[in-house]
Amino acid sequence: MSQAGSILLVLRHSPYSSQIAREALDAALTAAAFEVPVSLLFLNDGVYQLISEQQPEQLRAKNLSKALPALALYDIDQIYTSKSCLDIRGLNAAALCITAEPLDDAAVARLFHQYQHILSF
Amino acid sequence: MVLHTVNQAPHSSQCLTDCLRVISAPAALLLIEDGSYAATVANAPLFDNLDCNIDCYVLLPDLEARGLLTLVSPRFTPISDCAFVALSTQCQRVQSWY
Repeated sequence: MSQAGSILLVLRHSPYSSQIAREALDAALTAAAFEVPVSLLFLNDGVYQLISEQQPEQLRAKNLSKALPALALYDIDQIYTSKSCLDIRGLNAAALCITAEPLDDAAVARLFHQYQHILSF
Repeated sequence: MVLHTVNQAPHSSQCLTDCLRVISAPAALLLIEDGSYAATVANAPLFDNLDCNIDCYVLLPDLEARGLLTLVSPRFTPISDCAFVALSTQCQRVQSWY
């Protein structure tokens, strides 16, 4: 049974090819500000958002790896990612810019059923 | 010489695969924007069958922006925006995979 009003944000895109990663973060923080239960799932190229020490200033973009730690200030602590998506991209779950729980594919599949709403970014 | 540029990440797009299927020397390969994700050590096997006469470059500002500087494969030479311009002028033709 899903928690009333709960939202799963699914983030599937790399951080600087478009504004979508930034918009997802804004949506997460907005929902949390209204005390809506929010979880984040970083999938596919979305796991690239989690790489630490990004330096996008020379692309005139805001630094996402510096913004993501703000999630904790908004009490967003249910942050998940996919172990297979990390592995295929050679990323180590222990070396990300925020703590994200690596799930196997079956656990990711279950996650889609556990929320009342899904927002896809 | 033909310069091939790829601007899409390897796992979300066919661009790199499509490029590697038909690239041949004399040529240079330059990864830009999200294409720079393919220059990481984890993706090095994608280039195992690439002709070693083809020089492989990746755009440095795009590596740095994405936090990839410490992850880049030795096969790739990071180059500046200015070097990108120079490379473009050295190559008679440019094929953009996007």
